[in-house]
Amino acid sequence: MAVVDYLSPTSVADAVKCLAGSPHPAKVLAGGTDLIIQSKGKYDSPLIVVDVKKIGSMVSAELTDDALILGPSMPCAELTAREDIKSVFPGLVEAAFLIGSTQVQGRASVGGNLCNASPAGDTIPALIANAAQCVIAGPNGERTVPVESFVTGVGKNCMTQGELLVSIRIPRPAAGSSDAYLRFIPRTEMDIAVAGAGVAVTLDSTGKCTAARVAIGAVAPTALLVPEAAAALVGSTVDDASLAAAAAAATAASNPITDRRGTAEYRRHVVGVLVKRAAAIAAQRARSVK
Amino acid sequence: MTMKHVNTSVNGEAVEFLCEPHETLLDVLRNRLSLTGTKEGCGSGDCGACSVTVNGRLVCSCLVLGVEADGKEIATIEGVEDHGHLNVIQEKFLEHAALQCGICTPGFIVATRALLAENPDPTEEEARYFLAGNLCRCTGYDKIIRAVMDAAETIRGGA
Repeated sequence: MAVVDYLSPTSVADAVKCLAGSPHPAKVLAGGTDLIIQSKGKYDSPLIVVDVKKIGSMVSAELTDDALILGPSMPCAELTAREDIKSVFPGLVEAAFLIGSTQVQGRASVGGNLCNASPAGDTIPALIANAAQCVIAGPNGERTVPVESFVTGVGKNCMTQGELLVSIRIPRPAAGSSDAYLRFIPRTEMDIAVAGAGVAVTLDSTGKCTAARVAIGAVAPTALLVPEAAAALVGSTVDDASLAAAAAAATAASNPITDRRGTAEYRRHVVGVLVKRAAAIAAQRARSVK
Repeated sequence: MTMKHVNTSVNGEAVEFLCEPHETLLDVLRNRLSLTGTKEGCGSGDCGACSVTVNGRLVCSCLVLGVEADGKEIATIEGVEDHGHLNVIQEKFLEHAALQCGICTPGFIVATRALLAENPDPTEEEARYFLAGNLCRCTGYDKIIRAVMDAAETIRGGA
């Protein structure tokens, strides 16, 4: 792909027109940390980039009484600096904080991470755990897709030409809720997940888990919602037995490959460990927010 | 291919340039504006040699299109000096011998400036994590971190 033109619409409607009416393949430019690398080197086909960062709603976030309305292209560095968002969704913010370096976080965005659809994208399990909804605008109007259905395969998402992810809506969790995201990498920083786990839990006043969502990453072609792991937590006090059952359910749901980052067998094991630890952290946080 | 006309600010000065849509900010700085202090290491956002700030935010200029600079404020290594003298961070890098071949140094200094602007009193661990996206293949990082911590202390002391 060779970038042959750059467009910078200032409204969603114009962005959709740019994307739908382009004479060449058009791609959305958010932080560019994937797209600009992909566009370098291979000059076989022309590419038009549509920079959506001049659209205010794409790069801002609003935390209302009902939901977090996250502009998909807001840089991770801006998200991780938002104490209000961190206090409600600490796991989502820690996932964003794990992506790349300080420099990469200055550009990379949650929406970009999601649309790029890598199996190892760190924010995807965290979004799934928090029941995020993807609002997509297109030539035929808007539609909303649950985040666990947004990514359809390795590097593939559910959007068609002319469509744009315009907001990520994450419902504000019930009282006594919190979340956590953990990943395993062989080093301490700047690497891609071997396995990842996002967990959100709600505890009642007695410490019993009344709702949970568990999502795993880097252990299947897409991040997966694992209802069986959540079911193991619901009704328990998130004790050792229920954590072990959730871990076993996550291991059973995983379908990893062997590559240079880890063997399939190793990933199946580690993803269970991560689910167990992330669930324990989310529960600890939920107890302290009450 | 249509050239793009860009109005921006580099190190506080208004700058105008034409560039092709595929050119990165790094390409533009080095090849069109002759600001060759910003280095290209990997070209894929992994090494941090091309670090600059855009509106105060630290980024890899190899992962920014030149045309995206329109209306923004860019700061590069050339703007770090203090009225013809070395800035404290630069002095401390020299004092601690925090460089050998020097290719990573402009990126490290720009990144250190961004770190200290955001967190004037970092712990060593915070400094190491913040600078994890700047790779150095010579020093082993120890001298760099000593220089960064000393610069932070000196700046806090108002020296």
